[in-house]
Amino acid sequence: MSVARFWRKIPQRYNLIGTQCTTCGRYFFPPRTFCPECRRAGNIVDHKFRGYGTVVTHTVIRTASEQFEQMTPYVLAIVELDEGPRITAQIVCEPEEVFIGMKVTPVFRRIAADGESGVIHYGTKYVPAE
Amino acid sequence: MVGIITYGVYIPKYRIKVEEIARVWGANAADIAGGLGVYSKSVPDLDEDTATIAVEAARHALKRREINPADIGAVYVGSESHPYAVKPTACTVGEAIGATPYMTAADYEFACKAGTAAIQTCMGLVKSQMITYGVAIGSDVAQGAPSDALEYTAAAGGAAFVIGRDDPVARINHTCSFTTDTPDFWRREGQDYPRHGGRFTGDPGYFKHIQGSVRLIFEQTGKNPKDYDYAVFHQPNAKFPQRVAKILGFTAEQIKPGLVVPRLGNTYSGSSMIGLAATLDIAKAGDRIFVASFGSGAGSDAFDIEVTDAIESGAFRRDAAPSVEKLLASPKWVDYATYARHKGKIVMQK
Repeated sequence: MSVARFWRKIPQRYNLIGTQCTTCGRYFFPPRTFCPECRRAGNIVDHKFRGYGTVVTHTVIRTASEQFEQMTPYVLAIVELDEGPRITAQIVCEPEEVFIGMKVTPVFRRIAADGESGVIHYGTKYVPAE
Repeated sequence: MVGIITYGVYIPKYRIKVEEIARVWGANAADIAGGLGVYSKSVPDLDEDTATIAVEAARHALKRREINPADIGAVYVGSESHPYAVKPTACTVGEAIGATPYMTAADYEFACKAGTAAIQTCMGLVKSQMITYGVAIGSDVAQGAPSDALEYTAAAGGAAFVIGRDDPVARINHTCSFTTDTPDFWRREGQDYPRHGGRFTGDPGYFKHIQGSVRLIFEQTGKNPKDYDYAVFHQPNAKFPQRVAKILGFTAEQIKPGLVVPRLGNTYSGSSMIGLAATLDIAKAGDRIFVASFGSGAGSDAFDIEVTDAIESGAFRRDAAPSVEKLLASPKWVDYATYARHKGKIVMQK
C-alpha cells in the first residue's frame, strides 16, 4: 500500500469515521458522499461510529499473503456495527473462540507494515466483548 | 491547582512465568524469582507495540471522564521502545484520540522515567495556561536480550494521565527531580537490546537518584513519609522499591497497592505510572500519594499527590475502564517459544 493511500484512510482506520445521511438517517462505512436512497435530497455529514458490533460471519486464515503470513492462523470476520454498516476486520481471539452472533469491541492494533523500513499501518481490530 | 483529570492503563493479556524463562536458559528458577520477587511478566500480542498500548491506555482514560478531545493541547509519549526511530508515537496517539491537529506533541526517552517527565511537561504547560489539558503517557514493550538478567522482567504495558486544572481527581501539589550523567543502563542507536552495568544499576543508579529526589521534595515541602497514605516507587523488580521504601522510612503497607511488579514485570516507562494508577484505583478522597520514578542514565522525578472529592463524584467514572487489578487478572499463559515469537526474537527468512 502506498504511503498516501494509508494516510488518506487514517480517520477510517483509527477512529471508524464514516458518514450519515441526515435526511433518511442511514449510516455509511466506508464513508459515502452521496446517499443512494435520498439522492439530491440527501444531506451527508461525518459520523464517528461507536465501534461496537456483532459477528455476522467469519473465516480462519491459515495461508496468508506476505504481509500477514506471520499472523496465521487468524480470524477474519464481517462485523455488523451497532449503527448498521458491515465491515471486514480481524478478530483477535483463538480460531475456536469465534462464533456467529459474537459481540465484539474495537481495539487499536498494528495491521501490517511495509517491510522492515516502511510505514507501519495501524488500525482497528476487534476482541470479544466482555 | 494542577492535577490528574483522569487516567487509564493498558496491559496485554499474555504472561510468561519467570520459571519458564529460567528453564530455557538452564538457570535456577527459584533463585531468580525469589531474588527479584518477580514471578511472571506481561508479553505483547503479535500486533501490539508501544503505540497501540499508548492508544489503548489513553482511550481508557477518556472513557472515565468526558473531556472534549479538541481541548487536549499536548500529547507526550515516554518510551524506550518507540516503533519508529524517527516519527513520533505521540502523533499516532493524538490522531487516535481525536486530539489533532491543534496540539503540540513529542516523544520522550529517559529509560524508565520518560512518562513521569511527560507529566512534568504537561504540568508546566497547564500551569502557564498554554494548554487546557495535556496527555502524558508512559508505554513500553520492554527489551531484554535473550538470557540476560533483564529478560526475566522486561514486560509490556502503559499508563496515560490527563493533566489539567479544573476539578482534578488528584492534585499534584509539588514535583521535583534529581538528575546526573550516570551510565548504569543504555542502548546505542541501531542496537536491539539495552546493556547495563549489572550491580552498578543499584547503588549509584536507582538508590542514589530516588533518595536524591525524595530528600529534595521533603526539604522543599516540609513533609515526611508519615504524611502519606500510599507510596509508589519505580519497580524494576520487587526488591528495589521495598528496600528504598524502608531506607526512606515508608512502610510495607504504604507501597503495597502500587507494587504491581511481581505479577506484571517491569514495564519500563509504564512502571511507576501503572503503580500510581493501581493506587488511584483504590484511593479515597483525601488520600495522599507519594511517587518517585527512576530512569537510568540517570534521574528520578518525585511527586506529592493528594486525591480529591472528584474521584468519588459522578463526573469521574472509575469503573468505565478496567482497573489495573482487572487487567492483571485471568492472563493467558505462554511458553518461551510463543513469547519469543511475540517479541520478534525468532530470526525469520527474509
